[in-house]
Amino acid sequence: MSEREVKKGGLKELSPIDVYMLLPKTNCKECGEDNCMAFAAKVVNREVKIEQCPPLLKKENEKAYKQLSEMLKPAVKEVIIGAGDGAYKVGGELVMYRHEFSYFNPTAIAIDVTDEMPDEELLGRVKKTEGFEYVYIGQKLKLNMIAIRSTSNDPEKFKTVVKKVAEGTTLPLILCSFSPEVLEAGIMAIPKQRPLLYAATKDNWKDMAELALMYSCPLAVFAPNDLKLLRSLAKTLIEYGVKDLVLDPGTFVGEGLADTINNFTMLRRAACKRGDELVGFPLIGTPITAWLERGNSPQEIALWNEAYAAGMLINRYADILIVHSTRGWSQLPIVILRQNIYTDPRKPVAVEPGLRTFGTPDENSPVMMTTNFALTYYTVASDIESSGVNGYLIVVDTEGIAVDSAVAGRKLTSDKAAEAIKETKVEEKVKHRKLIIPGKAARLSGEIEELSGWQVLVGPRDSADIPKFLQEKWGKD
Amino acid sequence: MAEKKGKKEENKDILELFELLTKFQEIELEDVEMEFGDLELWFQPGAAVPASFPKMVPPIAKVKPAKIIEVDFVPPIEQYPGQIVEVTLGATKNQGGTRGKTITIGGEKSPAFYTFENKTSHHPVISLDVFDMKVPLAKAVKMHVKEVMEDPVAWAKLAVDKFGADMITMHIISIDPLLKDTSPKDAANTVENVLQAVNVPLVVGGCGDPKKDAETFELIAEMFAGERLLFSSVTQDMDIEKVATVINKHGHVALSFTPMDLNQARQLNRRLYDFLPKERIIMDTTTAALGYGLDYAFTIMERARLAGLMGDPELQHPMSSGTTNAWAAREAWMEMAPEWDPRELRGPIWEVVTATTLLLAGVDLFMMMHPAAVKTLKNIVTELTSGNRSKVEKIANWVSARL
Repeated sequence: MSEREVKKGGLKELSPIDVYMLLPKTNCKECGEDNCMAFAAKVVNREVKIEQCPPLLKKENEKAYKQLSEMLKPAVKEVIIGAGDGAYKVGGELVMYRHEFSYFNPTAIAIDVTDEMPDEELLGRVKKTEGFEYVYIGQKLKLNMIAIRSTSNDPEKFKTVVKKVAEGTTLPLILCSFSPEVLEAGIMAIPKQRPLLYAATKDNWKDMAELALMYSCPLAVFAPNDLKLLRSLAKTLIEYGVKDLVLDPGTFVGEGLADTINNFTMLRRAACKRGDELVGFPLIGTPITAWLERGNSPQEIALWNEAYAAGMLINRYADILIVHSTRGWSQLPIVILRQNIYTDPRKPVAVEPGLRTFGTPDENSPVMMTTNFALTYYTVASDIESSGVNGYLIVVDTEGIAVDSAVAGRKLTSDKAAEAIKETKVEEKVKHRKLIIPGKAARLSGEIEELSGWQVLVGPRDSADIPKFLQEKWGKD
Repeated sequence: MAEKKGKKEENKDILELFELLTKFQEIELEDVEMEFGDLELWFQPGAAVPASFPKMVPPIAKVKPAKIIEVDFVPPIEQYPGQIVEVTLGATKNQGGTRGKTITIGGEKSPAFYTFENKTSHHPVISLDVFDMKVPLAKAVKMHVKEVMEDPVAWAKLAVDKFGADMITMHIISIDPLLKDTSPKDAANTVENVLQAVNVPLVVGGCGDPKKDAETFELIAEMFAGERLLFSSVTQDMDIEKVATVINKHGHVALSFTPMDLNQARQLNRRLYDFLPKERIIMDTTTAALGYGLDYAFTIMERARLAGLMGDPELQHPMSSGTTNAWAAREAWMEMAPEWDPRELRGPIWEVVTATTLLLAGVDLFMMMHPAAVKTLKNIVTELTSGNRSKVEKIANWVSARL
């Protein structure tokens, strides 16, 4: 038996032929592809949706369309939270393990506010959440939602605050209260905005179901550490007519972490490997519980625990997370981890190897070297650019691996370096024969000199120091 | 001046945080003991939905259920044809070594922490990095070890006594021909001193030069025969026959290191099988930092573990991670705009998140650096392996809690 066995049950087994058989087979090209087979291949890879085939949507193909929709249905239902431009999709996952295909909708990260916060704090947190941005490999990493909790349990107060928050942000909202009265007051403030209602429990499920139906909102179900109850509630709510659910098996940080990890894992496995549609919904985690019962301990400890719990839940299938932190140091690792885990593993995070020029280099300009791991490349390139240095950068094909790992793993070797010097024809561009290599590749310097005949200067360990390095070392001898 | 003072105070805060992290966990543990009775009380009624629950709901439209439709949740338990081999590190006096205890890792029958399926066979463990010469370290790390940075013996002691290291990784990097080019004999002396100073199992880390490492490992393997040291690492470009043969002959363990590629990992393990029994091999498929390729590292390890459990004999080894690589991420050590500060916290949490990600992929042995990160990971492992301990009442009303 092999790894392939693990994949069974995942949708990876679906072949383009399976899809092709159900397509109209007219090769009409209306979808923009050359023929139906090419379209089928893209459907299987989830690059296009079957709705992009106009003939399929005609009445006579209704049956085939339904069959295809069923065939392509993800193991985890896709649920839309919010309305209009600000809407955010969660779930929609096909597989349990990212290497089986890819994950699709990155975990939504929501920051909480309460209906008892003073205005300044309330709007400050909303503004900070909305304004959060970190640029990473050319992408803007953001936070995604605001969770409004009713700590007052007063419908009027809640309504007022929901209104205030909605006026201050375009982010989708999660309205949190176990009281149907409070929650309804909140929805009345934003009746068309499709917030996530949090949450139905064994005590209030019926009223919550009515609210979800009346306002067409997705509904979260909360059954802490009780998967039987969670599944029963899901079954009941589906029968009741609620279509979009989000499941919360409870998040315990510290004590009970084992249950938390087990529950999330069991739910996702049941959905992906057993085809259990009752639990085939997005999962919501609440690392914010790290702040409960913290007594007099400093908030850094709650921030710290919340951050690691959020990280573990991103790894273990959470589709939405509610956190309390508005501190950059504890949010940054989480948004970066989310980006990493939701990167399509079918596509290497690499840039084209070859020669790059910066500014207007001449025959005396420095020649530097780095790897083709996208993050390394973008970091080095932006450091060179911002320093205004004129020069060349040789990007070596290390199969998308960063400098230190590439040196350790022999993806960046003296052979490869020497070869890259030749292939890029940089020898025709400069008069000198001096190569600056990354400080983390220092151990290769001797061998590169031997193989290439170039003199090697060991550059800084971090590209931020390139300008300083050039100023001190370049053209001084 | 003012800036310097600010920095100092910042450091003090972080030290306090570290202290507090320690204390905080102790308090938590005490609580558990005291409330064990409550825990049991909670679990029995909480486990099932009370059958009598919603009885008096008035009848409405036929389609809408009037009460909870009870269905079961059957834990999705799988059977795996494969199992990860157990590897023991360190040897006590009775076993021909000098260690105070041995550590066994591996033996897993399920993916990492699928404890609904099988208990974790052996807890993942943490080995702390010690270097035999001054190395560039992130400020947040350096502040904890600066007193011992040129004294591996004192460093190892600090790591074991203060930071709770299960093991020590003695990196003998000064043998690097590009650094100090010290002799294998010097390296062996360092190892000897550290073995005498601490009684935990030891990892011997080389400098990364395949020739020099092989030569040095050979001498150390021979001199400390029977200690069951872990040699980190054996790579594809080494004289494998020579290194693996001495590791086997003197009763040690090899760390089979490959660059994020399962086929290469299989290939190197296969070559090692000619000279070493399977239970003397741990594998490392390379760790990249959070934000710097962690997704590759995670997926390769997760695939390796699943493949091993599904019966791939060449991947059924416990896994080791050079988690210290987390510090290669700029975001871990660099001074950034004030909204991302302080880096004294950003750095160690970077190491923690890198570690927990790989923990969930199946890593059994972590080579780590920052004491707060080490402490946190240990606590997490303890929690994950301690069985059902969630107290529902703690979080039942989180929605309306005033934080």
